[in-house]
Amino acid sequence: MSDNLTLPAQQGPTGASTEALLKVEGLTKHFPIYGGFPIKRKVGAVQAVDNVDLTVGVGESVGLVGESGCGKSTTGRLITRLLEPTGGRIEYAGQDITHAKRKQLAPVRSEIQMIFQDPYSSLNPRQTVGTIIKSPMEVNGINPPGGREKRVRELLELVGLNPEHYNRFPHEFSGGQRQRIGVARALALNPKLIVADEPVSALDVSIQAQVVNLLQKVQDELGIAFLFIAHDLAVVRHFSQRVAVMYLGKVVEVGDRDSIYNRPRHPYTHALLSAVPEVAMDDETENRERIRLAGDVPSPISPPSGCRFRTRCWKAQDKCATEEPPLLQIGGNTEGHLTACHFPEDPSTEARSEDVVMDPALKAMENDGNVSKS
Amino acid sequence: MTTLTKTEGEKAPTGPDSFLSVRDLRVRFSTEDGIVKAVDGLSFDVERGKTLGIVGESGSGKSVTNLTVLGLHNPKTSTVEGEILLEGQDLVTTPEKEMEKLRGNKVAMIFQDPLTALSPYYTVGRQIAEPYMKHTGASKKEARDRAIEMLTKVGIPQPKTRVDDYPHQFSGGMRQRAMIAMALVCDPDLLIADEPTTALDVTVQAQILDLLKDLQQEFGSAIIFITHDLGVISDMADDLLVMYSGRAVERGSVREVLRAPRHPYTWGLLSSMPRLGGSTSQPLMPIPGSPPSLLNPPSGCPFHPRCTFKDQVSGDRCSTERPALGEGRASACHLTAEQKQTIFIDTIQPRLR
Amino acid sequence: MLQFLIRRLTGAVVIMFLIGAFTFFLFYTVPQDFAALSCGKNCSPQNLAVIRENLGLDKPLPTQFWEFMSGIVAGRDFPQGHCSAPCLGISFESGEFVWDSIIDRFPLTLSLTVGGLVIFLILGLGSGLLAAWKRGTVVDKIVSGTSIVLSSFQIYLLGPIVLGLLVYSTGIMDFPKEHSFTEEPGAWFLGLLIPWVVMATIFTAQYTRMSRSTMIEQLQEEHVRTARAKGMKQSYVFFRYAWRGSLIPIVTILGMDLSALLSGAVVTEFTFDLAGIGRLAVDSSLTKDLPVTMGVMLFGAFFILLLNILVDLAYAYIDPRVRLS
Repeated sequence: MSDNLTLPAQQGPTGASTEALLKVEGLTKHFPIYGGFPIKRKVGAVQAVDNVDLTVGVGESVGLVGESGCGKSTTGRLITRLLEPTGGRIEYAGQDITHAKRKQLAPVRSEIQMIFQDPYSSLNPRQTVGTIIKSPMEVNGINPPGGREKRVRELLELVGLNPEHYNRFPHEFSGGQRQRIGVARALALNPKLIVADEPVSALDVSIQAQVVNLLQKVQDELGIAFLFIAHDLAVVRHFSQRVAVMYLGKVVEVGDRDSIYNRPRHPYTHALLSAVPEVAMDDETENRERIRLAGDVPSPISPPSGCRFRTRCWKAQDKCATEEPPLLQIGGNTEGHLTACHFPEDPSTEARSEDVVMDPALKAMENDGNVSKS
Repeated sequence: MTTLTKTEGEKAPTGPDSFLSVRDLRVRFSTEDGIVKAVDGLSFDVERGKTLGIVGESGSGKSVTNLTVLGLHNPKTSTVEGEILLEGQDLVTTPEKEMEKLRGNKVAMIFQDPLTALSPYYTVGRQIAEPYMKHTGASKKEARDRAIEMLTKVGIPQPKTRVDDYPHQFSGGMRQRAMIAMALVCDPDLLIADEPTTALDVTVQAQILDLLKDLQQEFGSAIIFITHDLGVISDMADDLLVMYSGRAVERGSVREVLRAPRHPYTWGLLSSMPRLGGSTSQPLMPIPGSPPSLLNPPSGCPFHPRCTFKDQVSGDRCSTERPALGEGRASACHLTAEQKQTIFIDTIQPRLR
Repeated sequence: MLQFLIRRLTGAVVIMFLIGAFTFFLFYTVPQDFAALSCGKNCSPQNLAVIRENLGLDKPLPTQFWEFMSGIVAGRDFPQGHCSAPCLGISFESGEFVWDSIIDRFPLTLSLTVGGLVIFLILGLGSGLLAAWKRGTVVDKIVSGTSIVLSSFQIYLLGPIVLGLLVYSTGIMDFPKEHSFTEEPGAWFLGLLIPWVVMATIFTAQYTRMSRSTMIEQLQEEHVRTARAKGMKQSYVFFRYAWRGSLIPIVTILGMDLSALLSGAVVTEFTFDLAGIGRLAVDSSLTKDLPVTMGVMLFGAFFILLLNILVDLAYAYIDPRVRLS
């Protein structure tokens, strides 16, 4: 590991530090689309990620939420440099790694690790668990005291697996256990940042909690910073100190957990939170605002002008189509709570006097009067 | 917290009056590794016009049960025992020809992934019109008009032109709407929805769930709603059946089961699930271990290897004796009613705050 | 759709041109004096010069290339006379125009292909569908078992056995012989019946296995289950839903098999002593009759490209996702 990258003393378990470990500015990724005849040329681009700013502090866990096609996974892959950014800047521990070559990247690679969604396909079925966890150490030429095998056994124990299962193959483990193997592999190089891309969404509910708890333990005890990418808002809330909400390649709102979940300002954040089905364990849960959007997310090939959410927004006005709202700390927001909206909502998630129902079919049926509002 | 019901089985079962009544259903598949007991002694009832939620994790037998209700299991590799009574008619012994008349007509089904569950080779309109023509004897023209009407009902914009589109030209949410239109086209008495929103984004899921509820009021169908998501069930169902390892472990109204659950597995599900209104300072309480293999399920209570409360049952009853699920509001567990109430109030409920 | 067709046809023309160019230059990399080859053993220098001029070998290479390529499109003149388009040159051996030799042999190749095709499509797909419909039963086991045994047979083994049984020992049928389809259709049919059956047997076995397995795969598709959940009849589900999806892999393989058969069924032709394109190709390469070899190769390439386009059109017809993208 290179010396200049080793960071100063790490923060305590819960402390979100002010010191930025990862700083992303104006990150952009456009996937070109080729077509035309007879000569193929670029006819357009999927604007997967567009001008995204994001920071992750030392030891901090940041959640990245949004629906499919919002660019959250692409963002994760750009940060781990599995994809080459089209534009913007990625700074890790003060070093610009946006377009770093393989060699320059080598010391950073070991400090930024990734955990993937699918524990079935992200492990080589022909390798033993020991080999899988050991390989990052071999690739990076790291020789921990006591040998690599000892380290692997320690890691297996840390993630809650039996160290004796060193010589078993991935198919001998259940889905949750495989995800633990993925975590152990990510931890093998003592990373400082883990990008977890939907790490629990392929798992059953009862197993999900096991893995979330494991990740939380890892974060607390080892002081590893996390970029936690998921579509499940409740899981993200549970895991992350700060949360960024993405829509069609843009960050529309970012802030600490409490601001995003209890005092959201962006209409999309409101819609997203209101759509989450909650278990009604008490009457309080039922006093939530009800927002029903119309249709699906538009195509990222030709996103709407101005504010990208305006086509599904109940507050949209002419200004939204012409002027892209900047991501700012708008009036009434706490420090670090930024919202990209011209006409923000009130900071509350409680039920409104009138539900927002954009869907024409629902509207029609509910206005008929013979259907009661739920 | 609402008041807790003190004793089990006080609510009379709806038995003979219920519209669909499943009794001691057993479904077995023969595989190369042995016999899989996918469903093992399951009983439940669905009332006319009501929604029964069935919740369970993968391998709990919830999907198999409902394929069996429609007779869509593979008869060559599976054996079905027990009774599935639809208005008194036993579907287990009904011949295939008769079943064809029921399917899509009296009982319809919505599947999880509308992209793979709709044929890519035929237009949406044709796929909606097909069962209508078959079951009502309508002409092509009438069926097409009916398809357009249904597409309008489920909120497809420009239904007159979109009726001739193919499924791949629809977005994910629209495809699921088309699937709902297809299921409701013959005004079925029972709709089986198998994880109908799992493949959808959360904002689209909310639209589809509300749409289903509104359409249910209009069509008056009973719904069996299968899902792994307790939040969705809480929103959709009137009654709830919790399944584990091919068996029902708890039954009651949604309110009863979610607010005062009585089975350790239900407790485990609720406390392992992060909620928007939950505490973030406490770690989640996962259920230890993994779901059992259906090839070789545990003896006695199938949940006992993962149960943290089995010490409170005297002797080794949990591993030797299978707990029965009583009628009405009930849970299949050897803990006494008092124990269940005490454990829930003292241990489980504080974690759910 | 039209744009797609234009694009594919233009592409095909370009590829044909490239193949033509490739074979032409391959021709000239072969270290042989073709004039000497054509002239024979006791060749006087005068004769050689005449032949060289007749074949156009005395001209510079670019001119020769131009004449060869433009000959294909527009025809060209040789001292022996006008060779009309598509002109593929003159055979060293026979002195005939290559195109004429090919056209002379093509009816047999076409007859063999079409006859065999009809038999193996009907029998192969039919028994494959039957096995899929009755999957797991005795019928399925018999059909699948037979097809596995038959598909391990070879034409050069099965051919002589059938000939021995039906021709040599019993005399039920005559030895296969080519007759004109237009003049004596009855004799044409009887003359080719044995080769058809033998060739089709091997293909039938392959098509049985393929159609059975793709059908079984399709029957497990979710949309097929949806169709059953709608109450559609089992036969309707089978033929409308599952069969439609099975067509794509079947059409793909069929396209490849047909283009191979149309460019000459070498083994079948030799086994039954028939003179088709395959025989022409082998004979020409044995006698180093390069213009003919080149001609047959271009002819085969044409069918490969043609069937590729037809297969793509079939995809578009079968699958709206292809058609509308």
